[in-house]
Amino acid sequence: MDNLTNLLNGFGDVLTPMNLLLALLGVTIGTAVGVLPGIGPAMTVALLLPITYGLEPTQAFIMFAGIFYGGMYGGSTTSILLNTPGESSSVVTAIEGNKMARAGRAAQALATAAIGSFVAGTIGTVLLVLVAPQVVKFAISLGAPDYFAIMLLAFAGATAVLGSSRIRGFAALLLGLVIGLVGIDRVTGQERLTFGVPQLADGIDVVVVAVGIFAVGEALWVAAHLRRRAAEVIPVGRPWMGRSDWRRSWKPWLRGTAFGFPFGALPAGGAEIPTFLSYATEKKLSKHPEEFGRGAIEGVAGPEAANNASAAGTLVPMLALGLPTNATAAVMLAAFTSYGIQPGPLLFERESSLVWALIASLFIGNLLLLLLNLPLAPAWARLLQIPRPYLYAGILFFASMGAYAVNSQPLDLLLLLVLGLIGFGMRRFGLPVLPLIIGVILGPIAERQARMSLQLSGGDLSGLVGGPVSYVIYAVIVLLIGWPLLRRYVVRQDRERSVVG
Amino acid sequence: MTSQPQDLRGGDRAQYGVCAFLALVGVLVIMDAARLQDVATSNDPIGPKPVPILLGALLLLVAALYAVDVARGGHGQAEAGEDIDPTSPVDWRTVLLLIAAFVVNIVLIDRLGWVISGALLFWGSAYALGSRHHVRNLVIAAGLSLATFYGFAIGLGVNLPAGVLQGIL
Repeated sequence: MDNLTNLLNGFGDVLTPMNLLLALLGVTIGTAVGVLPGIGPAMTVALLLPITYGLEPTQAFIMFAGIFYGGMYGGSTTSILLNTPGESSSVVTAIEGNKMARAGRAAQALATAAIGSFVAGTIGTVLLVLVAPQVVKFAISLGAPDYFAIMLLAFAGATAVLGSSRIRGFAALLLGLVIGLVGIDRVTGQERLTFGVPQLADGIDVVVVAVGIFAVGEALWVAAHLRRRAAEVIPVGRPWMGRSDWRRSWKPWLRGTAFGFPFGALPAGGAEIPTFLSYATEKKLSKHPEEFGRGAIEGVAGPEAANNASAAGTLVPMLALGLPTNATAAVMLAAFTSYGIQPGPLLFERESSLVWALIASLFIGNLLLLLLNLPLAPAWARLLQIPRPYLYAGILFFASMGAYAVNSQPLDLLLLLVLGLIGFGMRRFGLPVLPLIIGVILGPIAERQARMSLQLSGGDLSGLVGGPVSYVIYAVIVLLIGWPLLRRYVVRQDRERSVVG
Repeated sequence: MTSQPQDLRGGDRAQYGVCAFLALVGVLVIMDAARLQDVATSNDPIGPKPVPILLGALLLLVAALYAVDVARGGHGQAEAGEDIDPTSPVDWRTVLLLIAAFVVNIVLIDRLGWVISGALLFWGSAYALGSRHHVRNLVIAAGLSLATFYGFAIGLGVNLPAGVLQGIL
């Protein structure tokens, strides 16, 4: 029970008054920013990242864990009360959640979301404690060619599964990879794509990229199409649930968690599929199927739990392999690297106390979130009425502050603007942003692994493929990329069969 | 993302601009890589050159495939959101004013310090976005930049310049 000891030590590190205060601050700011319309969890984390810069890594992570779960929960409050989710993972929560709110059951919808998030987050974090060390054990045995294959899988997963249009996904990925190239080549010391600008020699900071694409790009895009009339917000009192609500919620919470965690942990998972699966399952199993589409509490409880469990699941590949699988994890990975910490199998050895402190803070942040959100929900609901000019001016303000704080150089602000305009263009033309961020973060690592593999094989290209693990991964990549063709075939067969039958 | 009624009659020709942009980036990357010295050692058999050249070539390929997709009537779905009115055309005046406010901050941040340049950024952005309560906006802008300076720069140790107000704040 080595991990248990580690975890207890982690709690020991976290449980000081100062740290608890930071955790509380993180949860509060995270929720407040996450609630704001138009700000999804990834943007919340990107915008709030800089405020942790002056802290020690342990304290920064404690605050960060709070921001992470706070931002997640804030997003679901928005989708329940406003019905227009910013993040694709809260689409399903909005379906029933907003119907409940309209039927005067906003308090119950928010309560089942908050408690369900707590249950799923806690179970998810327990699973993280159990699974991550196993993944690390497995990952340590992997060589450079295997890692290279895993990186390619992450690229394929980000472009092929999420993007509706593959060609647009690949375009975004390639742009990200090119941004990742900028700077001095670590092996030979030659400058690539710096155009003689000395500040570019260290490369473009991932935080600047994330804030530019997520925050500035989004603010410019919304500004270009700003609805002049603010959307209608449903007033809400203190969340509570009656006995029948509890009875109808607890099973969906558990089932949602069971869907969410494994999908989150997969290199090409995400939260969309498990939330939809959870919704479909609850609809099928419910004793009140007639309520679905008119505000069924199961339809909020299940997907919301799935969403949070999947968020906990994404931390497994993120911490154990250094592999981000969704936008929020990508930004968190950027945060890690900005502290000079490289997530991956060695992290658990080298920075063991840090990792366990982070995991302990996830538990604490989750609990604080529950304690905070039940009484504060009416205040959060009022945040939704913030005048839009202030909201988007505020996003630009905090984005600039954060990007400047990275290196204290105005050039970063110029890069931020350029990246914001790229983000604007991507939203206009329907290019997904996730592949770009993944490309920026993983591109340099993938190149390093590829060059290491080739070093081992003496430059022979066959060195890029090595060992059964990489064979399996390449097979999965082929499946992912070939899936549309395959599906067309399968669907046709199905149709023929149904015609015959 | 929800479906939205964007006017796409006659195709979305502006998409060819995206293809041109991708191709341009591809050419730039290849040109930059061509100037690199080819230092292949036993430590690093491929050197720094092949990866950018590969990416540049892929960009050109994707630009071409993208153009084919557009020509066949393909179009991406513009992003929807809480505050977005998808039926309205792009409001360039607002966007350009926001960019102007942003540039003012870039130019002034090291000279005048974050408190002044940040307040100008907020005030200018709020103006660009249609808020006309000038005095109230100014009070909020000044309050925000002072609060972030004291809270983050002094409280949490974030790097923000004091500028001309050095010694006063």
